[in-house]
Amino acid sequence: MTSEQIGTLFGLMLQYAVPTMKIFAYTLIFSIPLGMLVAQLKMCRFKPVSWLTNLYILIMRGTPLLLQLIVAQYSVPNIVKSDICPGFLRDLLGGIDIRSESYTFNMMLIAFVLNYAAYFAEIFRGGIESIPKGQYEAASALGFGRLQTFFRIVLPQVIKRVTPACSNEIITLVKDTSLASAIPYMEIMYIAKKQVPTYASLLPLFMAGLFYFAFAMVLTLLFNIIEKKLNYYK
Amino acid sequence: MLEVSKLKKSYDKLDVLKGVDLTVGKGEVVAVIGPSGSGKSTLLRCINQLERADSGTITVFGEDLMHTDQRGRAVFADAKKLHSIRLRMGLVFQNFNLFPHMTVLRNITEAQVCVLKRNRKDAKENAMRLLEKMGLETKASAYPCELSGGQQQRVSIARALALDPEILFFDEPTSALDPELTGEILNVIRNLAAVGMTMVIVTHEMSFAHDVADKVVFMEGGDIVDQGTPDHLFGEDASERVQQFLQRFNR
Ligand SMILES: Nc1ncnc2c1ncn2[C@@H]1O[C@H](COP(=O)(O)OP(=O)(O)OP(=O)(O)O)[C@@H](O)[C@H]1O
Ligand SMILES: [Mg+2]
Repeated sequence: MTSEQIGTLFGLMLQYAVPTMKIFAYTLIFSIPLGMLVAQLKMCRFKPVSWLTNLYILIMRGTPLLLQLIVAQYSVPNIVKSDICPGFLRDLLGGIDIRSESYTFNMMLIAFVLNYAAYFAEIFRGGIESIPKGQYEAASALGFGRLQTFFRIVLPQVIKRVTPACSNEIITLVKDTSLASAIPYMEIMYIAKKQVPTYASLLPLFMAGLFYFAFAMVLTLLFNIIEKKLNYYK
Repeated sequence: MLEVSKLKKSYDKLDVLKGVDLTVGKGEVVAVIGPSGSGKSTLLRCINQLERADSGTITVFGEDLMHTDQRGRAVFADAKKLHSIRLRMGLVFQNFNLFPHMTVLRNITEAQVCVLKRNRKDAKENAMRLLEKMGLETKASAYPCELSGGQQQRVSIARALALDPEILFFDEPTSALDPELTGEILNVIRNLAAVGMTMVIVTHEMSFAHDVADKVVFMEGGDIVDQGTPDHLFGEDASERVQQFLQRFNR
């Protein structure tokens, strides 16, 4: 392999690293707030809401993400074709072009977000429930309202407590984005695999591996800094 | 100032308060003593709205916090009134419950700013004045975890005082402290008594209760068994049960 070929390959890989980062960023942006909401729903005192939320979490955590990604892709055409699909839904979904690139991306993102929100929700719930009751009582005795208590007293402490678990989850996401290649969605894993016969070399896979490794490393360092910053109190 | 009558509270089948009557006048210091599980904390928690009593009446500052209708159901004041009543009362906890992610100063200013809507500068001045009184002016920028238990409890008292409560409740303020540290807290409370603060103090420090309180209340099994001046309660003519309890306590 000439150095020119390697250069071309490297450029190609970099180009396809962009969609990988896109999946990563969008998944985080949506799944973290959604996870917060799901955590609240699971702690809802109205039991049916809590049970339904729990069922959702169990399914998301109990089945492979790869399966969920594929189901998401097939969902719209299959719902439209099914006999029990109500008319309005058929009209609504029928208008979607399932061959478009945005359909592939959006359905994939929905699966990623729903899956990661379930994991984040459990982390957040654990964090919120670990805040001692005395904190709520002190806040209440001082006259803080419910929202003030949550945002000023509970949430800052929860953030500190959940950061290590979240950083784990986020670093896992870096590598999980590669599952998108099976849909297929063209990101770095997809292109690396495709280039192996072309170049008759493992180099594309090696480069992809290096990319994931570097990405995860940067995040690890970043979270180390954040955790240190959050260590201003015990 | 505070009038509690026939206050009842139960958890499932367990009757924790069985009809408690208590009056606290302005400037009065009331000590509540009694064995563990007698309902002392629950009484304080019902008055401070951390718990809802099942029946009875609570009147504070001439305002009706709760009463019981003819059918025996508890009727509480509306949320707005409950909030305004709550702001006029302060509560100090056994284990401080300081906010660990805030500096000492922030612990004391946060409610002033967010709840009472004071401006940050005034709140800070007020907090510094209180910290000075507590001998903690050098700790303003420390975090609670950097303080001793006694210092933390002084901060929590300052935090409660910052909202200018008209009555202050203490639930065993020294029970979580090493014996050497209880003195500093008791002194703070003594000083508050000296300037006429109205206080209700649940405590196991009998000699302190004797010295500081205008009235001592003995609770057992969800009832007030005996109450009166410290000289009465710690003297010969207290009820037999009280004498028994105190005897065991002194041993
Ligand atoms: N949330 C609760 N649920 C069920 N039972 C409770 C609850 N809180 C208190 N109790 C029970 O109520 C009784 C009175 O409790 P309380 O805390 O008022 O006693 P206390 O006089 O403050 O005791 P101590 O001196 O140990 O603090 C106890 O038997 C306790 O187990
Ligand atoms: Mg108690």
